[in-house]
Amino acid sequence: MTHRKSLSLNWRRIPERYQLLGNECATCGAVFFPPRALCSKCRRKGTLEDKKLGGLGEVFTFTAVRSPPEGFEHQIPYVLAIVKLKEGPFITGMVTDVEPQEVSIGMPVRSVFRRISEDGKHGVINYAFKFVRA
Amino acid sequence: MFGIVGWGAYVPQFRIRVDEIARVWGREPREITDGLGVSEKAVANYDEDTATISVEAARNALRRGQVNSKKIAAVFVGSESHPYVIKPTAATVVEAIGASPYLTAGDLEFACKAGTAGMQACLGMAKSGMVEYGMTIGTDTAQGRPGDALEYTAASGGAAFIVGAKPAAEIIDTCSYTTDTPDFWRREGAEYPSHGGRFTGEPAYFKHVVECTKQLLSKTGTSVKDIDQVIFHMPNAKFPSRAAKLLGIPPEKMERGLVVKSIGNTYSGSSLLGLARVLDQAKPGETILVTSFGSGAGSDSFLLKTTKEIAGLAERAPTTQSYIDRKKYLDYAVYAKIRRKIKHE
Repeated sequence: MTHRKSLSLNWRRIPERYQLLGNECATCGAVFFPPRALCSKCRRKGTLEDKKLGGLGEVFTFTAVRSPPEGFEHQIPYVLAIVKLKEGPFITGMVTDVEPQEVSIGMPVRSVFRRISEDGKHGVINYAFKFVRA
Repeated sequence: MFGIVGWGAYVPQFRIRVDEIARVWGREPREITDGLGVSEKAVANYDEDTATISVEAARNALRRGQVNSKKIAAVFVGSESHPYVIKPTAATVVEAIGASPYLTAGDLEFACKAGTAGMQACLGMAKSGMVEYGMTIGTDTAQGRPGDALEYTAASGGAAFIVGAKPAAEIIDTCSYTTDTPDFWRREGAEYPSHGGRFTGEPAYFKHVVECTKQLLSKTGTSVKDIDQVIFHMPNAKFPSRAAKLLGIPPEKMERGLVVKSIGNTYSGSSLLGLARVLDQAKPGETILVTSFGSGAGSDSFLLKTTKEIAGLAERAPTTQSYIDRKKYLDYAVYAKIRRKIKHE
């Protein structure tokens, strides 16, 4: 059985999706997620080092998805939020184990490990962080 | 001295009441709840499976034991609901907890006792010096055929244990008892397990749990009076209570670990979640007896003694009870949808 979606596309992002692995500029202290190849402030003067983010933050803004893309039909309505992490970066992720009306701007959240999507019945299962109420 | 250095539990937040399942299948709710001693069971969300539950439990164990994940040199995940038939859940856990790739890992299957088989493997590896720390996890998102007796209790949850030196609970000894007993099985490709009805009792659960426990007591020269807390595998609340009676163990020594009443039978997670709850509340110097049971059939028994290292550990990560208390109820229709019991194709 052949798979339909790119294996390497998801595989390449396993460290950031499984462990919230971002990076930090040793020169200016700026934290990036997803990890960047170059510090946006220091440019070539910056030195980037891996940084595991703690997963704690708050909802900066959110929306409830009711017209989902393919593969997410059984999860509607689900909440997609921009979360401001304690370390600084803004990060987009799903908020799970909640109904949309339970979510509010400023709500403290923490990251958990969940299934995101699967490539049909025979393909791989993709896992990543989501957020729950802290 | 080797034993449990850190432990972590995870139970999904959704619950379905046993009387709601009975209502759908036209059974008298009181007959079912009284017969099982279970009032509700934990249900994994649509985006949860054995891998996600294992990762949450593993992260709690690392936090509680304050162990650097790079020092874990063996990871075993015991389950009968691994998301893949081929592709290890353990590899996903390894990557998600940020362990070093220079380790050994594998998925184990022995019905409900694979997690305790992993504990024995980790103990052997730690004691022999092969690894500094080993991690074993028992997790399931148990499947019961709609309308079958198992559906009332088949639940989701798991617990992880880090085994190494300077333990919070020393594993004084362990032993096993294994026979070929066809009490419960699932063939390759079958969606739901089958079972032998009443045959799951005397020749399966009771024989293995009682014989294995007796063997451990005799091997260690321990009497029931010396033990403070006892955990047996919990397919329901009645079986472990009856096994305790057969062994002369008073009910009050079972109470702390009897998590099945409010979360159901978490299969590979069952006895280990009971142990996690007992450890959460344990003080130094407590003697604990655990006997798991896996259909097919076998039991693993462990004699543990908590040490001074256990003081203050419980609060470093969410306790088992905090997960038991955190809950949202589902009706049968939504439960059937999120557990993928409704077929779309």
